[in-house]
Amino acid sequence: MKNVIQLVWLIPLLPLIGFLINGVFRKQLSKSLTSIIGSGVILGSFVVSLLIFLQVKQGHTGVVDLFNFISVGKLSIPFSFQVDQLSSIFLLVITGVGFLIHVYSAAYMHEEEGQHYARYFAYLNLFVFSMLLLVLGSNYVIMFIGWEGVGLCSYLLIGYWFKNVDYTNAAKKAFVMNRIGDLGFLLAIFWIINQFGSVTYSNVFEQVAANAKTLHGSAAIIGITLLLFVGATGKSAQIPLYTWLPDAMAGPTPVSALIHAATMVTAGIYMIARSNILYTLAPSTNTVVAIVGLATAAFAATIALKQNDIKKVLAYSTVSQLGYMFLGLGVGAYTGAVFHVMTHAFFKALLFLGAGSVIHGMHHEQDIRHMGGLKKYMPITHLTFLLGCIAIAGIPPFSGFFSKDEILAAAYGANKIYWIIGVITAGMTAFYMFRLYATTFLGQFRGGEHLHGHHPHESPAAMTIPLIVLAILSVIGGWVGIPEVLMPNAHSLEHFLDPIFKRSAEVATQLHLHTHDHPDHTTEYILMGVSVGVAVIAIFYAVARFSKRPELGEPTGFGKVLANKWYVDELYNAIIVKPLNWLGKFLNNFVERDVIDWTVNGVGKMISYSSRQVRLLQSGQVGSYVLLMVLGILAFFVIQFFVKK
Amino acid sequence: MIPVLLIVVPLLSGLAAFFIKQEKGVKTWALLSTVITLVVSLLGLTVLNKAANLHADAEWLPLLGSRFTVGLDGMGQVLCLLTAVAFPIILVATWNSTYKQAHNFYAFMLLSQAGLMGVFLAYDALLFYFFWELALIPAYFLCSIWGGEKRIPVTFKFFVYTFIGSLLMLVGIIYIYLHTPDQSFALDAFYKATLTNKEQGWIFWLFFIAFAIKMPVFPFHTWQPDAYEQSPTAVTMVLSGVMVKMGLFGVIRWLAPVLPMATWLNGDTVALLSVIGMIYASLIAMQQDDLKRLIAYSSIAHMGLMCMAIFVTSEQGMQGVMIQMFNHGVNIIGMWIVVELIERQTGTRKISELGGLAQKAPGLTIMLVIVALANVALPLTNAFIGEFLLFTGVFNSTVSKNSHWFAAAGGITIILSAVYTLNMIQKVFYGNTSSLTASFKDIRFNERLVLGILVIVIVVIGVYPRPFLALTQETVDTILSRMIIKQPS
Repeated sequence: MKNVIQLVWLIPLLPLIGFLINGVFRKQLSKSLTSIIGSGVILGSFVVSLLIFLQVKQGHTGVVDLFNFISVGKLSIPFSFQVDQLSSIFLLVITGVGFLIHVYSAAYMHEEEGQHYARYFAYLNLFVFSMLLLVLGSNYVIMFIGWEGVGLCSYLLIGYWFKNVDYTNAAKKAFVMNRIGDLGFLLAIFWIINQFGSVTYSNVFEQVAANAKTLHGSAAIIGITLLLFVGATGKSAQIPLYTWLPDAMAGPTPVSALIHAATMVTAGIYMIARSNILYTLAPSTNTVVAIVGLATAAFAATIALKQNDIKKVLAYSTVSQLGYMFLGLGVGAYTGAVFHVMTHAFFKALLFLGAGSVIHGMHHEQDIRHMGGLKKYMPITHLTFLLGCIAIAGIPPFSGFFSKDEILAAAYGANKIYWIIGVITAGMTAFYMFRLYATTFLGQFRGGEHLHGHHPHESPAAMTIPLIVLAILSVIGGWVGIPEVLMPNAHSLEHFLDPIFKRSAEVATQLHLHTHDHPDHTTEYILMGVSVGVAVIAIFYAVARFSKRPELGEPTGFGKVLANKWYVDELYNAIIVKPLNWLGKFLNNFVERDVIDWTVNGVGKMISYSSRQVRLLQSGQVGSYVLLMVLGILAFFVIQFFVKK
Repeated sequence: MIPVLLIVVPLLSGLAAFFIKQEKGVKTWALLSTVITLVVSLLGLTVLNKAANLHADAEWLPLLGSRFTVGLDGMGQVLCLLTAVAFPIILVATWNSTYKQAHNFYAFMLLSQAGLMGVFLAYDALLFYFFWELALIPAYFLCSIWGGEKRIPVTFKFFVYTFIGSLLMLVGIIYIYLHTPDQSFALDAFYKATLTNKEQGWIFWLFFIAFAIKMPVFPFHTWQPDAYEQSPTAVTMVLSGVMVKMGLFGVIRWLAPVLPMATWLNGDTVALLSVIGMIYASLIAMQQDDLKRLIAYSSIAHMGLMCMAIFVTSEQGMQGVMIQMFNHGVNIIGMWIVVELIERQTGTRKISELGGLAQKAPGLTIMLVIVALANVALPLTNAFIGEFLLFTGVFNSTVSKNSHWFAAAGGITIILSAVYTLNMIQKVFYGNTSSLTASFKDIRFNERLVLGILVIVIVVIGVYPRPFLALTQETVDTILSRMIIKQPS
């Protein structure tokens, strides 16, 4: 059975095959065949992932070499896959949630014309392929391949409806902002090569552990970790590179669920968790990561308070939750961050798919002000969405509670201010989620005009079954990480991931690094109680307020600032986009034409005045040129011949 | 044997082409010739890849100390392969274009190919110079006779630039020749030339300017966007896909190892110029409305990176240059093919007048998107391998102290290239159709064939670059061993 690990290449290969079949035969395949192939390959990957997970659970891990990718001088970069605890968890989330979303898509995208339907599934499969490369690679270059690959698929899927200029603008923005982060990642890779002569994880991490003392806090380690984090802020939508994610909602809703909530945007967390030993030795970077994460969490939550597009609320909520994960990483709660990635994948995918079901039932209406009272028309969507909201609000024993609690507890240990802001943000989260829930599902139905008298309808089974499965996972998914204080030895996730983070802990002890104190049991109970209490109050307040009197008008005063996202897009436009364009115009119209060209033409004219030959060449007779050329060549040989005699 | 054939086949068939007055006939003749050249090149890479087949030496101008010495090392193999692949692809892709006096057009094309081959094969400085001119002069005619409406001032500029460059290089060659131990033009004799640091210093610039014009490197580049814009697309493909490599090749074979001290001393200056040029050209590319000019500036940015990588002297960087010279040629020819198709159907190259092609021509769109992704060096395309090695090489240079900053500043173009390339895709292919694109037809068989081949090459090299890297490893080691010198105290 151990040999199952050797079959790991099947996991990315299957989606790649799906991509090729659906891409090449997009005009020939029927829609049902397209969706069966598209979903089937992901199911296949999920099965293999599950088998591999079971092996890893028994302690079998390893690296599977495929071929030598790049090798120049001393630098050798193999194309190989790393099967271990961290990658196997991500494999399950990606293929599992991915499969559900593929099934859901089959119904959601059914209005699309045949070849575009196939194009959609092809892109989605290509995305899963890239995402799997990202988490499976055994070195930073393979991770980077997946990293840019998912960025490409995100670009293609955001701009899926390519006739719409706004959508393609959003797609372009996502790609470019990700590229800014990617440059950071690339520079980090170059620096890693410079420092360690290798990009392979095992090789790099061993060297780091061996030289922990000299590397601790060194410029190289701080620089590398900061640059990697720059990459993470792009892909995982953190300040200052987060603005692409809300715009990315232009893509089809299942795409938002898969790429912009459950998987791709968590790549940054994966990257840092994978490189945990580097971060353990870079305390200043950790502070930056924690502060950026916390700031993003709070900032995005304030924006979410005033959004009226059902997907925009969820988008800012995602940015905010990702911020929590980075806070967790920054304070050293690596398991907590990965745990939150997992539970967030369940409940946020659920919420997005639920939103998709609402949009589907409302005939493409996304503004919650035109909804209301949907509980009656869409019972399954309503119930599952409610479960998702409770999970994200952090109410026990739903999944979000456990993972968020773990991060907040660690944050408290690191700095109490982190905890306070974290809890306030958790309150805002509960508030805006239940504002969304109440405005959409409770109260009176307000969408009569938009539906021309029709009633909204519940979605077909292909869409509701994934909702139900995800809802169950959102409820029970947190039970793999029950904190010590509630049930001793019940945190099976921590045990499972221990081999990944063990070395960091060892190095920290060895160097007597300040590890954050874990709060004692009483304190932990109090912390838990406060955060749950805040969430409960926020929920009741939001439901009471918005089920009766939803906000239907345009926001005013400070609400307007929030509704306009603090005008950050406008700011970026004014301080980056415009000056760059201005500089480009200046170079193009003035420097290029008037300075450089003028100089060259001046030199040229001088020559042409003084040279008869040039004027002759200007006269324009082909024949004479050719003759000249041939004669010239001949002359060479003739002269040579005579001179020799 | 192989090198001689690579020169002689296009040379003789080119001369013969002047006399084939029938258009269809001369077209077929030219295609046949380039296919034979391609076969010869492939044979030299595979079954006939033995030292005895790859070198030839004959008496040429004994009184001057110049011999007809030609040979194929790894770098030569790569560039000759590029030249051999490019021409048939160009001819097939532009098969539907018609030219006045077609016999002259195709004759010049073939002569230019012969010149290019000679440049990449010559191991004798005078021979190199001779072929350099043989490649350029036909290009000059091709541009000035068959070019667009502004061809006369543009070719004049092109001519001035190249004329100055050639002249400077000739002076440099003669000066070194006079200082060789046995008064010879042979490359080996050039290595042994005794030159003081001061002499190296000024000869360096004679050569460098000639090569910099060809690449082109900022600020010697302004001939290029104009020339690309005004030349018929087939010629633009030759100029940008193959001919610009003469500049890089010249530096690697005739400048850096011959004048190592000056190269070392001026390395940072050149790297700085290159990095300025990369950002400068990218910013200008963002402002272009003409597809040809956009690609021209994009190409300047890419060439700047390769030039910088040579001068910071590292193994990864040099390997990156080798593979990227090939990739750049393949990718840019792909871009031109798409531009040519668009222009032929709509009569315009203006981005602002196009739009909506994805609806009308999904086949073309897929091909263009893949080529464009290679242009922005997305992983698993060929250009990623090149750029990754180039940047790694620059960042980790042991020669330049500022190399980290060069890599970081040059890295900005990774972002900018995404901006202008995606903008181009969006404005030309997405959105709604314009009046000019409303009746656009998807690509035909010959175009699908050549673009398909290019796409396969892009992906294959992107996924499995090893054979390519292995091919040039020895050349890189040899060149670097000559470039890395004892640092003066």
